[in-house]
Amino acid sequence: MQPTSHAFKTNVHEALIDATLQKALGMMKTGFQGKRAQAVARLPEFEALRDAAKGIKNHTLEHLDFYLETFERNVTTRGGQVHWCRTPAEARETVLAICRRLGAKTVTKGKTMIAEEIALNDFLEASGIAPIETDLGEYIIQLRHEPPSHIIAPAVHLVKEQVADAFRASHTALDPKRKLEDARTMCDEARSVLRQKFLAADVGITGANFLIAETGSSVIVTNEGNGDLTQTLTKAHIVLASLEKVVPTLEDTATILRLLARSATGQEFSTYTTISTGPRRAEDTDGPGEYHVILLDNGRSAMLGTEFQDMLRCIRCAACLNHCPVYSAVGGHAYGWVYPGPMGSVLTPSLIGVEEAGNLPNASTFCGRCESVCPMKIPLPKMMRHWREREFERKLSPRPYRWGLGLWAFFARRPVLYRAATALATRVLGIAGQRHGRFRTLPLAAGWTQTRDMPAPEGRTFQSLWADKLKKNQARHEDTKR
Amino acid sequence: MGSIRTALKRGPLDAMHTAELDAKLELPARNLIPKRAASLDASGRIALFVAMAEEVQTTVTRVHSAAEVPGVVADYLAERNLPAQLVVTPDPQLDPIPWDLRPLLEIRRGRAEDGDLSGVTGCFAAVAETGTLMLISGPQSPTRNNFLPDNHIVVLRAEQVVASYEDGIDRLRLAARGSDGTWSMPRTVNYVTGPSRTGDIEQKIELGAHGPRRLHIVLIDGESGDPDKG
Repeated sequence: MQPTSHAFKTNVHEALIDATLQKALGMMKTGFQGKRAQAVARLPEFEALRDAAKGIKNHTLEHLDFYLETFERNVTTRGGQVHWCRTPAEARETVLAICRRLGAKTVTKGKTMIAEEIALNDFLEASGIAPIETDLGEYIIQLRHEPPSHIIAPAVHLVKEQVADAFRASHTALDPKRKLEDARTMCDEARSVLRQKFLAADVGITGANFLIAETGSSVIVTNEGNGDLTQTLTKAHIVLASLEKVVPTLEDTATILRLLARSATGQEFSTYTTISTGPRRAEDTDGPGEYHVILLDNGRSAMLGTEFQDMLRCIRCAACLNHCPVYSAVGGHAYGWVYPGPMGSVLTPSLIGVEEAGNLPNASTFCGRCESVCPMKIPLPKMMRHWREREFERKLSPRPYRWGLGLWAFFARRPVLYRAATALATRVLGIAGQRHGRFRTLPLAAGWTQTRDMPAPEGRTFQSLWADKLKKNQARHEDTKR
Repeated sequence: MGSIRTALKRGPLDAMHTAELDAKLELPARNLIPKRAASLDASGRIALFVAMAEEVQTTVTRVHSAAEVPGVVADYLAERNLPAQLVVTPDPQLDPIPWDLRPLLEIRRGRAEDGDLSGVTGCFAAVAETGTLMLISGPQSPTRNNFLPDNHIVVLRAEQVVASYEDGIDRLRLAARGSDGTWSMPRTVNYVTGPSRTGDIEQKIELGAHGPRRLHIVLIDGESGDPDKG
């Protein structure tokens, strides 16, 4: 998809005045957070598992070449094929080549953010192949011709009336007068429509939550079972995965899986966790005839060895999105590309450049909730700050911002001057604001005072008050000694 | 590969290092296992499995022997007004079931097709930790039988219930071991925890998204009724 991250401020403005979106976001806010908290409270080992998982991923990243080679060897031994793709274009062409060779007309898809990242659907359609999303959320947004707004609940920004409208507009073979008032009816309708697509599809494409080096396997996690019907019924199963998805062993996978569903939806375990290894065996009576794993780089190897390496531990659970006050206020589309929320704010500049995506790491108060709920202990605020530093160095931040920061830095490096300047400023503002106790407008601070009042300082700086307090305590201490 | 090594600021790993990592892959070590899945005896495992499974809308009926299976399955279908037709996998584990005890049940052994409303499969193991079934693909256990029918009935024997995922993985490595001592994964390993569901419409959980609407387990806890002796 074409990024609109550069237009973040406009996107946000639209999101905030969109009443339907705000209603939908309200529903999302309470669900995910409470459920995750319950699941975590129920598992005393959760913290220890976070450390174990972090250790597993860090070890893997430090030896990524070894584990990827091992993975490929084991995929090939089982009759599968690994395709190394550096760029989205290479990945798209590889998928197309497989589909063309098999004469594929329709392709069913399980949810995969990599497919969004490489803009696969539009490309396949332009090449005369019909991709059909099967995850209910992805299916709904495909009908509405819009991108996902959340990495695990793609249609979280919609209310059910919008879903009903989409179904009425697309499922034209059904009685237009039918009632579509509740989730149950719509779910059943999607089930029967998509069941036919599953059975007719030529090729099935899924993502991968993990790639297991030990066995040359890919792992997907769903609640619907769509990823399983996608890969079992077709001539070929294509797995789209980025490099950093690999983990060493089945045991390591189990460890991280214990964190995944609990962090994402508060479930003990997702309904369907499936480990796929190679094509169907000679004696099997079902399963895909071919198994392909597309290993996409697209900027991941460039993140290794940098201050952003920790981001490669991400398992795409979306806990950070679900707990972020900014995401809950504006939803995923405002971020303008595939990955929204805190993880998107760190990852997107790495993948599409800080010129395009620089707004994203700036849309944070560094409250730190994201880091506190991240199962892989990724220091998201720290990395957002690194992006801000890089923007500053490359003079990408707006000029008034850079001047303001530069000015502050000048004083901050000279504590005596700093104290004098702030003492003067608070004195002046204190006197000026005495009448009302607050300022409705302030020169140079329009960004603040446009939408809120600025309280007037009381005339002294914190540092001088603190110095007084220390002196008083010192005096009291000496009195009691005598 | 080149870009990975450049980024990590080193060349390819030396032979000793590689051998070390290879050895770890040959004999994978377990990481931390939650206490919930530790030190459980057989009946403890079964109790935990049933409790966790029922939490996710799996239903469980316990019987003492294979002979009771046709009866409970026929009743299960009748109670829900479902047709008395079943596709049953060719799994040898299911061979001892005397379906003739319920002659009105139409049984077809084979792969499930679209239109099969109810299916019976066996399974490889059951993980008590989260009430999760472990099913593996094979010529006698096609994966689609776990997903196509609306109603999925699984016959589980008490001795198949393990405590943790790692216990299940150990069993898989053992069972899949060839004559040369090496082992290989089946095409598909499905971990199934309850019936299919979605929350994609306004976060309201609905069962039966694309996979089965219902998951029912018939647990055979031993001829003598003692799970430790089954």
